[in-house]
Amino acid sequence: MQDLLYFSQQLINGLTIGSAYALIAIGYTMVYGIIGMINFAHGEIYMIGAYTALIAITGLTALGLAWLPLILIVALVCAIIVSSTMGWAVERVAYRPVRGRHRLIPLISAIGMSIFLQNYVHLAQGSRNIGFPLLIEGGFKFGSDGHFEMSLSYMQITIFVTTLICMTVLSLFISRSRTGRACRAVSQDLGMASLLGIDTNRIISATFIIGAALAAVAGLLLGMYYGSVDPLFGFIAGLKAFTAAVLGGIGSIPGAMLGGLILGVSESMTSGYLSGEYKDVVSFGLLILILLFKPTGLLGKPEVEKI
Amino acid sequence: MASNNYRHAVFCAIVTLIISFPILGLNLEAQGVNITLTGAKTSTIVAIFLAAGAVFVFQAFRDSFSGLLGKLPKLNPLADKEPMEQSKRVKLESWILTGIVVLALFWPFVVSRGSVDLATLVLIYIMLALGLNVVVGLAGLLDLGYVAFYAVGAYTFALLSQYTGISFWMALPLGALLAGTFGLLLGFPVLRLRGDYLAIVTLGFGEIIRILLNNWTSLTGGPNGIGGIPEPTLFGMEFGRRVKGEGNTSFHETFGIAYSGEHKVIFLYLIALVLAVITALIIRRFMRMPVGRAWEALREDEIAARSLGLSRTAVKLSAFTIGAFFAGFAGTVFASKQGFISPESFVFLESAIILAIVVLGGMGSQLGVILAAIAVTILPELAREFSEYRMLIFGAAMVLMMVWRPQGLLPMRRIHIKLNRQE
Repeated sequence: MQDLLYFSQQLINGLTIGSAYALIAIGYTMVYGIIGMINFAHGEIYMIGAYTALIAITGLTALGLAWLPLILIVALVCAIIVSSTMGWAVERVAYRPVRGRHRLIPLISAIGMSIFLQNYVHLAQGSRNIGFPLLIEGGFKFGSDGHFEMSLSYMQITIFVTTLICMTVLSLFISRSRTGRACRAVSQDLGMASLLGIDTNRIISATFIIGAALAAVAGLLLGMYYGSVDPLFGFIAGLKAFTAAVLGGIGSIPGAMLGGLILGVSESMTSGYLSGEYKDVVSFGLLILILLFKPTGLLGKPEVEKI
Repeated sequence: MASNNYRHAVFCAIVTLIISFPILGLNLEAQGVNITLTGAKTSTIVAIFLAAGAVFVFQAFRDSFSGLLGKLPKLNPLADKEPMEQSKRVKLESWILTGIVVLALFWPFVVSRGSVDLATLVLIYIMLALGLNVVVGLAGLLDLGYVAFYAVGAYTFALLSQYTGISFWMALPLGALLAGTFGLLLGFPVLRLRGDYLAIVTLGFGEIIRILLNNWTSLTGGPNGIGGIPEPTLFGMEFGRRVKGEGNTSFHETFGIAYSGEHKVIFLYLIALVLAVITALIIRRFMRMPVGRAWEALREDEIAARSLGLSRTAVKLSAFTIGAFFAGFAGTVFASKQGFISPESFVFLESAIILAIVVLGGMGSQLGVILAAIAVTILPELAREFSEYRMLIFGAAMVLMMVWRPQGLLPMRRIHIKLNRQE
């Protein structure tokens, strides 16, 4: 009984982290699907989202606002605005001038941007990690057998629900709206889409903005869940999210969601049963293993080579 | 048209404000459990608004600015000249390389100890960049975890010297071979992956190695690292004040000169120089051998190369293994130079810097890579006064170089013949 409880607890924890990873992974996978580049600065956009949210929460609390939902919503909106603007600006400054060049060039530019943003926040806000107030406390407890009690905190529920809402809105947007349709067209064939009168530059900017907005949501959620932020907060999460995107098949949005969940669960299982220090080893090992058997990821389209 | 420009300019100025004000203008301060928000110094706020104003002015008058820029004389005086003849170019490049080596031989005897130390580091980076150049520049395989092989070389020497007391000269081939073996083992399964999948797998491998080194405390000492790594000896002569190894003599006693700490630094530098030259020469030979041509053929057109009978796996694997081998080489030298290593020296940033050197050097050209290694290592040292802003500037410089000169300092050109089409 206890084993089962422990297992379910790890599963819940894993799904929580995993759904947040999925939110970040979407930014990677959409950008990759459209212009075929790894946006290395995406993890930093997520980190900036977390910082902005914390700044907004602190500011609003200092102003005397006490109604929690309002604080959270305002913080979320601020984080989304700053992160999406950042995402847009990064694309304009660092990626658009090098688009269409050899594929290493945008990659190096992205790595440079990532280093720049990390140090920008480091200089402005200091390198120490800052505590994120736990605003959503408490949770359900059930299935106690005297030794171990399984719990599902309200914070975890918030993460699930928010992720679910974001994913639904994104799916609807991509499948129904005019811009979403244009996004799909551009990711299939950029040149052809542009010939058919789609403003590809605008669509690419839109992709960066959507990815950054989702990353900002993840930044607020995970910042609160982990309880602290620091300038290096984005790097490892970005790496995990990118791994998740590749795991699910880069370029595929459902793949990113699936990959995020798998990665989150495998991570929390490793921390639960082996050791927390080796969780990253297991995630990357899992990635290598899956790619060996499915070289384009779980839901990725097999590459057709034309001669 | 003009009003459109102004609208765009206002928009850009607002964007500048949004991305800079919340992060720069409002500072979080943690006091115990409480966090307070304070406004930044007035000068920072003023700077933010000045920046937004500058962006506005620049965007509003962009057309006139670009007109002015077009009138400026060309930055590159050679831009309009005919490119040099190929045979001349190759000869010139060899002459320059020889010149650099000769200059480097005299370098340690005229400058201070700190500069020699820095120069040794530059040479280590040159070895690393030349090795990665084979993988990325010649074979076109994107490797983001190159630092893992560097770490393997360094830790091989450190661990062997700790447990078996091995000397530098024994460890050098062993470290390189072991790193090469790691390259072979990793490369064998993953080399059938396409470019960017390969990138993330190698990145993951680099992280795995770093985490293992960090957490396998019983073997590697974890974050505390390993110290007491011996320095190289010259035919059994040690450079320390006292002789540590059994049966060794000391350098200054053998030659009857006064002890000086500089001997050791200079000796290490010369070893690194010799090894860097050997690395460059070996790779230069490889580039002209069939296997080198095969790397480039596969990079240029995989399908065509395969239909001409090249084995994709064998060719890619050879490039990957050779790259890893030289990283191990450099790692051993690094361990010996520092005398102490910890996982902190083998983070992703290192991989990124080496990759930046290769791309900046012009992917494939040896002279370019060497010049880029010198620039990338020395410039941040010169910018010591801005130590806080060093990495910020480094990141921005990486982006700007890619935007302005993506082909690198000296792009590689192959000897080729142009066919004149008959009208």
